[in-house]
Amino acid sequence: MSTVDIDTPLPRVRADLRPVLLVLALAAIALPLVGSFSTWVTLTLAGLAMGMIIFIVASGMTLVFGLMDVLNFGHGLFIAIGAYMAATVLSGMADWTQSGSLWMNLAAVLPAMIVGMLVAGAVGLAFERVIVRPVYGQHLKQILITMGGMIIGEEIIKMIWGPQTLSLPLPEALRGAFLLGDAAIEKFRIVALVVGVLVLGGMLWLLNRTKLGLLIRAGVEDREMVESLGYRIRHLFVGVFVAGSMLAGLGGVLWGMYQQSVVPQLGAQVNVLIFIVIMIGGLGSTVGCLIGALLVGLMANYTGFLLPKAALFSNIALMVAILLWRPQGVYPVTNR
Amino acid sequence: MSFRLLSGDPPRSPLLALALIAIVALLATAPFLFPGPKSLAVAAKILVFVILVASYDLLLGYTGIVSFAHTMFFGIGAYGVAIASIRMEPGWTAVFAGVGAGLAVSLAFALLIGLASLRVRAIFYAMITLAVAAAFQTLVSQLSDLTGGEDGLNFKVPQMLRPAFRPFSEPVFGVTIDGRIITYYLIAAVCVVLFLMLLRIVNSPFGRVLQAIRENPFRAEAIGYRTVLYRSLSNLLAAAFATLAGAMYALWLRYNGPDTSLSFEIMLNILLMLVIGGMGTMYGAVVGASLFVFAQSYLQDGLHLIHDAVTGVAPLALLFEPDRWLLWLGILFVVSVYYFPTGIAGRLREFARRR
Amino acid sequence: MSPPLLLELQGVQTHIGAYHILHGVDLAVPSAGVTMLLGRNGAGKTTTLRTIMGLWRASQGQVTFDGTPIGGPGTRKSPPDMARMGIAYVPENMGIFADLSVKENILLAARQARSADQLDTARLEWIFGFFPALKKFWLHPAGKLSGGQKQMLAVARAIIEPRRLLLIDEPSKGLAPAIIQNMIDAFIELKQASTTILLVEQNFNFARQVGDHVAVMDNGRVVHAGGMHELADDDALQTSLLGLSLGSHQ
Repeated sequence: MSTVDIDTPLPRVRADLRPVLLVLALAAIALPLVGSFSTWVTLTLAGLAMGMIIFIVASGMTLVFGLMDVLNFGHGLFIAIGAYMAATVLSGMADWTQSGSLWMNLAAVLPAMIVGMLVAGAVGLAFERVIVRPVYGQHLKQILITMGGMIIGEEIIKMIWGPQTLSLPLPEALRGAFLLGDAAIEKFRIVALVVGVLVLGGMLWLLNRTKLGLLIRAGVEDREMVESLGYRIRHLFVGVFVAGSMLAGLGGVLWGMYQQSVVPQLGAQVNVLIFIVIMIGGLGSTVGCLIGALLVGLMANYTGFLLPKAALFSNIALMVAILLWRPQGVYPVTNR
Repeated sequence: MSFRLLSGDPPRSPLLALALIAIVALLATAPFLFPGPKSLAVAAKILVFVILVASYDLLLGYTGIVSFAHTMFFGIGAYGVAIASIRMEPGWTAVFAGVGAGLAVSLAFALLIGLASLRVRAIFYAMITLAVAAAFQTLVSQLSDLTGGEDGLNFKVPQMLRPAFRPFSEPVFGVTIDGRIITYYLIAAVCVVLFLMLLRIVNSPFGRVLQAIRENPFRAEAIGYRTVLYRSLSNLLAAAFATLAGAMYALWLRYNGPDTSLSFEIMLNILLMLVIGGMGTMYGAVVGASLFVFAQSYLQDGLHLIHDAVTGVAPLALLFEPDRWLLWLGILFVVSVYYFPTGIAGRLREFARRR
Repeated sequence: MSPPLLLELQGVQTHIGAYHILHGVDLAVPSAGVTMLLGRNGAGKTTTLRTIMGLWRASQGQVTFDGTPIGGPGTRKSPPDMARMGIAYVPENMGIFADLSVKENILLAARQARSADQLDTARLEWIFGFFPALKKFWLHPAGKLSGGQKQMLAVARAIIEPRRLLLIDEPSKGLAPAIIQNMIDAFIELKQASTTILLVEQNFNFARQVGDHVAVMDNGRVVHAGGMHELADDDALQTSLLGLSLGSHQ
């Protein structure tokens, strides 16, 4: 640690790729268990698509926790809002969705996504102001109050749409699957994958190539220092919270279409999955969230095929196994 | 004598004491004061939930552990009794066997979950318990051979507790004594004993260490207390009491199903009852459970009245639909977390102290 | 003729929870020079810096910067406000963002620059002159740097843009003597460029070379204030204030 510093060779900065290998390993292990290659392809693509959707919804929550240390146990509400908005918009554009033309269908899905994002974002803004802001720094109260917020939100959804399950049929051209050799690949899953990759790309670009992203990444590590450098991080937080809820809304649109139905309890149901994902990924880490989401998506589809009854348990077992290996998640944020 | 009975932890507020005495008196005489199946059902539910919420207070209010798996233990107790009564000859042996099995399973789970908390932070722990509880609920629904799946299990209770059982041919104080009333008083007696035990626990040296750990775990560890040990014990005790509450609930309902004892809604209800009643006080559980169960059962009627009154104004009518009682409870919950963080019991004690 | 005071603390008291750390600090920091803040561990030096920066609130007293009150009951300024008034803070733990590269750390500190190409290259080269390791590890994650290199990065962040007052907490801790020399050179040049520096240090030799004025703290108060030369020449005073004969330290 002395004058030698300047002369020592540059250390090789090795990215920690083990968690990525985990994803590949999971897919590889599943192949012999599933048996048929074509089925494996179908399942893997389904798993990746589902994983991408989960990534979109979970990324908002992990950033919010990482940046401002706020636990939003009501994050599922924004997802539910997105899903319900999709149901409403798509049913309203029935002539577009029932047409066989792919472009018309996509032209109907796009407004559904935009409306879902905007409404979820608006609710997110209100949520931050009324529910979250008064309890900064108090984790227990945050958990309680955000859950309370979700209950209220769920009830309001029931008020507006009713408590029963609403069906959300896919637009015509997005139904069904096309064949790649022997493997059936559902069309909608491709759409979900594409959207997911776009969102991921956008997020990575924002985080790594813009000063705003720099602020967010630094803030996740050391909020106080960022403030000492002259940035008003409180303002940033509201923005990130709203962005997170918008992402959740977008994910909700996709989730609703993936499940082809929506229920008011959707938020609570997805909450559990999100928690598993961000715990696997490491609170505050975007890439970790991606890994976690892909693992969960793949696991859900593989066990759904092999051992349907063990689906949720398998994901918990996965989480426990990873936490035993790295108790802070696969990519813990330094300094936390 | 009453001081020692309450383990040296009296209500410390005249209003609170009054409220508690009133609640106890009403519960004690419920079958006679409010005859009829519904009111007795409400009273029995209050008794059971007092213990369930008090056991959660031990965990959250006194030890500072946030767990969402508490309903799991409640369900295990209920299912223990239910399954035993179906698999064996219904009767006292089955009941005790069920309770015993339930306790064993609960303690095993509590130990496992408790071990998880060693490796992860508190926030992670909360989320893990959420996931585990959800998984358990799914599992139970799927093992339908054992648990009756979504439909649940109807079972027979011991002879003495059946509605048809009439020990006296003449009505006592105007009410015919039957198995239901006997069951009620059995539950009441057990609940009183369990509550006093909980008071004893939290006021013992063990209880004080728990509170020290809640306030500042590092300091507690530094002083020499093995926080891991105390937290695990707290987990086990809370789980045990919850299991017993579940067993009693099943005995009362003569039925158990996933929605009755395992649903997330129940977990939220417990949280509501504890926050509104007052964490870290034990008496808060009594107040909170009584208020909540009462409201849950009768609020719908109240909402009905308001609903009919405002049917003219469409959005208002929507807000006051009887089915929307959870909305109001949710709002009450959020308001309580802000303005009454210490709950009703805490607030009343603060008033008393300031006098 | 005494230089005007850039920073002044009068009777500042700070409580952290139940702990009463500063018991009435009177400190005068003249402009365009280096004021050393010395004292034993626990004397309250770090707390003083943090109070000035607004990270902790002064429960009593007043902190004035360039004539404007910035601290004390009644003022509502927060760390970003201080930074925007031209105060830079280098904490004891350096506050390096480990997951960000050296370049990104510096970019963040350069508020005027939207992106790396907008950084003042001349200034950057000037900084690299003192801290060559930063140029070498420019694209590396800051977390991979050695302790000494992190110190350099922390100081570099504070000077990437001209600031009026630098609050620096123990920059030489854990540094090798050769690097310390680099840092001394950097501070001397900054001083000549009219930057005011308030420097907390344990290394008296460092202090002696860089400091113009000195304030010694003990038990949450300033117990001695004066010129550095007087203190450096007075062994007896050194012993009574700092508990050891610092002349014997290298």
